[in-house]
Amino acid sequence: MASRKEGTGSAATSSSSTTGAAGKGKGKGGSGDSAVKQVQIDGLVVLKIIKHYQEEGQGTEVVQGVLLGLVVEDRLEITNCFPFPQHTEDDADFDEVQYQMEMMRSLRHVNIDHLHVGWYQSTYYGSFVTRALLDSQFSYQHAIEESVVLIYDPIKTAQGSLSLKAYRLTPKLMEVCKEKDFSPEALKKGNITFEHMFEEVPIVIKNSHLINVLMWELEKKAAVADKHELLSLASSHLGKTLQLLMDRVDEMSQDIVKYNTYMRNTSKQQQQKHQYQQRRQQENMQRQSRGEPPLPEEDLSKLFKPHQPPARMDSLLIAGQINTYCQNIKEFTAQNLGKLFMAQALQEYNS
Amino acid sequence: MATPAVPPSTPPAAPTETPAAASDPAPAPAPASVSAPAPAPVPAATPAPASSSDPAAAAATTAAPGQTPASAPAPAQAPAQSLPGPALPGPFPGGRVVRLHPVILASIVDSYERRNEGAARVIGTLLGTVDKHSVEVTNCFSVPHNESEDEVAVDMEFAKNMYELHKKVSPNELILGWYATGHDITEHSVLIHEYYSREAPNPIHLTVDTSLQNGRMSIKAYVSTLMGVPGRTMGVMFTPLTVKYAYYDTERIGVDLIMKTCFSPNRVIGLSSDLQQVGGASARIQDALSTVLQYAEGVLSGKVSADNTVGRFLMSLVNQVPKIVPEDFETMLNSNINDLLMVTYLANLTQSQIALNEKLVNL
Repeated sequence: MASRKEGTGSAATSSSSTTGAAGKGKGKGGSGDSAVKQVQIDGLVVLKIIKHYQEEGQGTEVVQGVLLGLVVEDRLEITNCFPFPQHTEDDADFDEVQYQMEMMRSLRHVNIDHLHVGWYQSTYYGSFVTRALLDSQFSYQHAIEESVVLIYDPIKTAQGSLSLKAYRLTPKLMEVCKEKDFSPEALKKGNITFEHMFEEVPIVIKNSHLINVLMWELEKKAAVADKHELLSLASSHLGKTLQLLMDRVDEMSQDIVKYNTYMRNTSKQQQQKHQYQQRRQQENMQRQSRGEPPLPEEDLSKLFKPHQPPARMDSLLIAGQINTYCQNIKEFTAQNLGKLFMAQALQEYNS
Repeated sequence: MATPAVPPSTPPAAPTETPAAASDPAPAPAPASVSAPAPAPVPAATPAPASSSDPAAAAATTAAPGQTPASAPAPAQAPAQSLPGPALPGPFPGGRVVRLHPVILASIVDSYERRNEGAARVIGTLLGTVDKHSVEVTNCFSVPHNESEDEVAVDMEFAKNMYELHKKVSPNELILGWYATGHDITEHSVLIHEYYSREAPNPIHLTVDTSLQNGRMSIKAYVSTLMGVPGRTMGVMFTPLTVKYAYYDTERIGVDLIMKTCFSPNRVIGLSSDLQQVGGASARIQDALSTVLQYAEGVLSGKVSADNTVGRFLMSLVNQVPKIVPEDFETMLNSNINDLLMVTYLANLTQSQIALNEKLVNL
């Protein structure tokens, strides 16, 4: 497929975000010059995000928070973060902006970087490509050029390895969002496919020397992990992901049906218009031949009201979400295949 | 939804100045710190891990003006002694274990690194939950303070504000005490401890030694107890507590990853991808296995004395690999592999479908 070539570019970043140097080289699959080529996170931020989700966000609720840091050349350094309270029903008069201002003012007193550089969100099985996320990230990126959204997947992390990804909107998508025009023509003009909506930025984790000392200290004192989740052969989460995927595909097919109906209606309408015009012309010719004044020109657009084209943004989002699910599934199956072969080797050795 | 906002430039709140002379603790917390650890058993109350009792004893001071109101309930100690001691108010019914999460320590170290010029140490508030046997510290924030030879100023207004903000996110967290970086407990610590005893019953004091004395970053926790002769001015002694580290599962995974920066030259690591992670985990198990193998060989050759419990563990370890009839295992393996392959195929198919759809729509 033609579009897969660009797709593999972005897939390469998500599956090979190893060292910073390699990441810088491959950057993002073919999406021009972005302000941020790498995200550097402090260990502290990772721990805080994990803790926030663990304590406050069980179930399908998403937890969110703000990232603080600074921008150094083409690198975005995230040095601290603070959580956002969840939207509770009984707290309608809670002022988010005020909370944020107070928090940042207070943090400034203790010399914590108070520059807002992005936000983080937890996700349920990888379903984060929603309209809400798009809008938020757009407003962030509009105000602050280099902002990113960090997506933390707690379920995948519990399976054995930290799953933290940083996303930005591609410049093309930013353009389209600015226009706020999501009709098919505008999107075609912008040449946006679902693979070009978000770009993933490689992440590295950096710690200061003193934190390294702390880590050594902890390693001496804390017990060794007794659970090695990563090597477990269970694939219970696969079922859930597949189910979510099926739901999305259903939505997608509905969307396609809607689009098809629209296309069919428009083409039918075109035909009708054409016929009407022809009839008109014929009548006019007849009238002319009879010497009567021609009929007035009527506004065709009033007679045949054009159909409203369905918004394409939703289907783009759904396609993007399906893509993410598929990526996750493939990663998971790759790992499990590896584990199965290891188990086979173990058995062969035994028998 | 979170929206970006530019922080305003307002002047900081004025710290509440409190010279050493004019401290005025409310009478309510004073009985709280007096009741069960009655003066006589105080030396005996120091629990077994007395390794840090030296700095604790050295830090017992009699900040006389600060303690005068405490001597007022001294006559009340006689009736307190006669009571057989209901459960201690505050977080220590007798368990005396403090469970720390790693995020706290990382936070403390980070705020130490960002301290103001000339400040020798930083202090802050500890937040967390209390349960029957232990105290779990889950969050913290640093509080600006000024410290000089003869006076200490802590911005309690700031501390209260931050606590309110934090409560909005996690309403279950209470103020448990405070932390300070540095090696010793100083005289000022006593005063600060007093401020905090107004906020929380029987607060904990945590020290993190960022100056790396003894080549280690020692992390200790204390609670204050009164000591002295009844009827006279009471002093305060910090008795040490056991510190344990508590991890959520995900936290442990996060810490393992972050720990890897210790080994890389410029302290930077990237996040690894699918098969690399499996490789890493198997490497770890391989290391563990080789340690065990070494031990077994040592025992066999007589260099190391055999330990029966270890032997039993090894026995159960070896027996854990299930013995399955080879044909059955083949079938199981094949069906699992087929399942996974099918799912991969479906995922790829779906991806190509949506790509096609995209193309068609854009025609």
